[in-house]
Amino acid sequence: MTRRVLVALALVAAPVAAQRPPAALAYTQLRNPAQEAEARALMETLRCLVCQGQSIADSDADMAGDMRALVRQRIAGGERPEQVRQWLIARYGDYVTFDPPVGGTTWPLWLAPIVLLGVGVLIARISFRRR
Amino acid sequence: MTAEFGLAALWFAATLAVLQIALSVIALRRVRADVAAAMRPVAIVQGALVAVAMAALIACFLGSDMSVALVAANSHSAKPWLYKFAGAWGNHEGSMLLWVTILGLAGAAVAQFERRLPERTLIATLGAQAAIALGFYAFLLIASNPFARADPAPRDGAGLNPLLQDPGLAFHPPTLYAGYVGLSVAFSFAVGALVTRDVGPVFARAMRPWVLGAWVFLTLGITAGSYWAYYELGWGGWWFWDPTENASLMPWLAATALLHSVSVLATRDGLRAWTIMLAVVAFSMSMIGTFLVRSGILTSVHAFAVDPTRGSFILALLVIYIGGALALFGARVGTVRQGKLFDPLSREASLVVNNLLLSVILGVVLIGTFYPIVAGAWGVQLSVGAPFFDKTVGPLALILVAVMAAGPLMRWRRDEAAAVIERLQWPIAAALFAGVGVFVLGGWIGVLPTAGIALAGGLAVASVAPLAKRNLRRAPLTLWGMVIAHLGVAVSLAGMAASSAFTTERLAAVYVGDPVQVAGFTVTLDGVRPVIGDNWTALEAKLSVREGDDAPFVLAPQVRYFTTPVTTTNESAIATLAGGQLYTVLGALGDDGRWQLRLWWKPFVTLIWLGGAMIAAGGALSIVGHQRRGWQRRRRRAEQEWWA
Repeated sequence: MTRRVLVALALVAAPVAAQRPPAALAYTQLRNPAQEAEARALMETLRCLVCQGQSIADSDADMAGDMRALVRQRIAGGERPEQVRQWLIARYGDYVTFDPPVGGTTWPLWLAPIVLLGVGVLIARISFRRR
Repeated sequence: MTAEFGLAALWFAATLAVLQIALSVIALRRVRADVAAAMRPVAIVQGALVAVAMAALIACFLGSDMSVALVAANSHSAKPWLYKFAGAWGNHEGSMLLWVTILGLAGAAVAQFERRLPERTLIATLGAQAAIALGFYAFLLIASNPFARADPAPRDGAGLNPLLQDPGLAFHPPTLYAGYVGLSVAFSFAVGALVTRDVGPVFARAMRPWVLGAWVFLTLGITAGSYWAYYELGWGGWWFWDPTENASLMPWLAATALLHSVSVLATRDGLRAWTIMLAVVAFSMSMIGTFLVRSGILTSVHAFAVDPTRGSFILALLVIYIGGALALFGARVGTVRQGKLFDPLSREASLVVNNLLLSVILGVVLIGTFYPIVAGAWGVQLSVGAPFFDKTVGPLALILVAVMAAGPLMRWRRDEAAAVIERLQWPIAAALFAGVGVFVLGGWIGVLPTAGIALAGGLAVASVAPLAKRNLRRAPLTLWGMVIAHLGVAVSLAGMAASSAFTTERLAAVYVGDPVQVAGFTVTLDGVRPVIGDNWTALEAKLSVREGDDAPFVLAPQVRYFTTPVTTTNESAIATLAGGQLYTVLGALGDDGRWQLRLWWKPFVTLIWLGGAMIAAGGALSIVGHQRRGWQRRRRRAEQEWWA
């Protein structure tokens, strides 16, 4: 039994040792709760670039950790969440934000719900008998 | 041998599908009427054969037959038997085989049990079901044979993605697929009705249990999947607006609209063309979802089995079936006589609004899911995720909830505004009370969560209102079904709003023995020890949790290390308490000897899945109620005939 535990420890210790230490603020919160809440809300809308469709708030990947640390540092430094987002977009492109900015390539996306709702209202009016 | 046996069964099933289509055409063209008698047995045997193929694949996985390429690529002899069993569908080929198995079984179930559908419509329906099955058999046999051999056979397999090594794998995919693919029956019914031009209350009553059944499974599958993602991924999220999730949400939205419109058709003979259209759309969404997940067109949390070369095959099937059904719809819709029109203030009208809102939401989810893919094809990289869907689907869903509260309190045909408002006074009072209450107790939590809690309160009261002043024992089961399902939506909505607004997060790095505070709980790391499982090793933390002066309890989150394939997973430890869940995750060990801990207090989060289960239970009750009513009617008729 002891042997098995030792083997297990050896197996377990290797990957732990191989991991590089996470950046400060990747796994710790900001002292200021208001700032932390802002950072948290922003992180939920940013895409982890190496993951498969996860936000940086939901990922164990090293890169997501680095990005969380970066978001927290910038928010702690007094930047507004939108500024941080813009900075990240400038660096990584629109791909990094799950909240696509309204613009040349995204206006059909943002217009779609309104158009669909309009069509729905039209259909409803046709299918109701007038009083 | 087992693999070849399974492959042979699959070929035979495909052959029978061809025969079934041929019989259907011959019978419908009145070349020979008597061949129709053969259709039911052929459909049943076809379903049995594909089930045999699935069983053969499961046998290969259970026996760790590494000479089967699929087993070698996705299994390992040291895996616990449950994951060998469920691992049969934890990969591309196996999950497609499960898909067609349920398709075949659904066709067999129609052949065995359907007695109310007019005969010619049934013949056309079984023909359509076989036509769908044939396409997917061809896909398996030509493009993704699950029984292909590996030569030489490897000594052992590559293992299953450890994220999938969870009891959830045994439950979630079969349930979800039963719903997803069960909608094929509604699709085939619609095609059958279009072929024979026989759309009316009788048809609707025949179709309703199949739609409800598929919808119950779909609801259960989505609910189970959400809970699985919640505890397995280790970050406490329960819905990610991930394309794979959207792939299951879209058929659910269409099926929800369908089961309401089919009720209007059954009760009031209205919404004929619309119901047919929804039946086509619902299963089309299932196929589009399959295309999304199986074609490898996207990469997502769930995309564990991607193969782009197969995408074009599924796309071709999509175009043929959806295009074919829509063309038939376009050609025949003119001959389907328009159903009755409605007063703008009536139960029918509220159901029309419900249907339109569900369709708009469906459209938004569809566009939001495909937009990044289409944009990507033009070289534009962008992401559409939770913020987009929260801003668009959120408000639409809340309007839908308001309509949902009012609808069942309206009369069929025609109602008076003053009377409706009077019946709604208690729900409105409850909504105001809940909204103001949450503001007073919890402060300003944002527009959507506040409105969500208010509407959940209103909907809860409105849902049970139809039972007021009734003898509860004599209230029909179908009414109970609706009440419980609608109440489930209120419960789930309350859970979503409350947990998103009031979750407390605590990330900490602690030495052994250090206490951490989170939302009134004191969590102490007592120690970390190694643990050995069947095919993993783990570090397990012992956390003692104390709330106030209560006796402490222990939670033991793990970090698991798998070797085949080399992966680390977080096994969260969750305590379900009266007011919510305490969610704990063990992180890495820092250089300074401190352990990372992630702790969340998620108030009322359990309500999300409780509500989902209630919605499914309501649907199940409704099926029983409708079946029993039909059975009683038949018995009464039989008695009358006996006396006459």
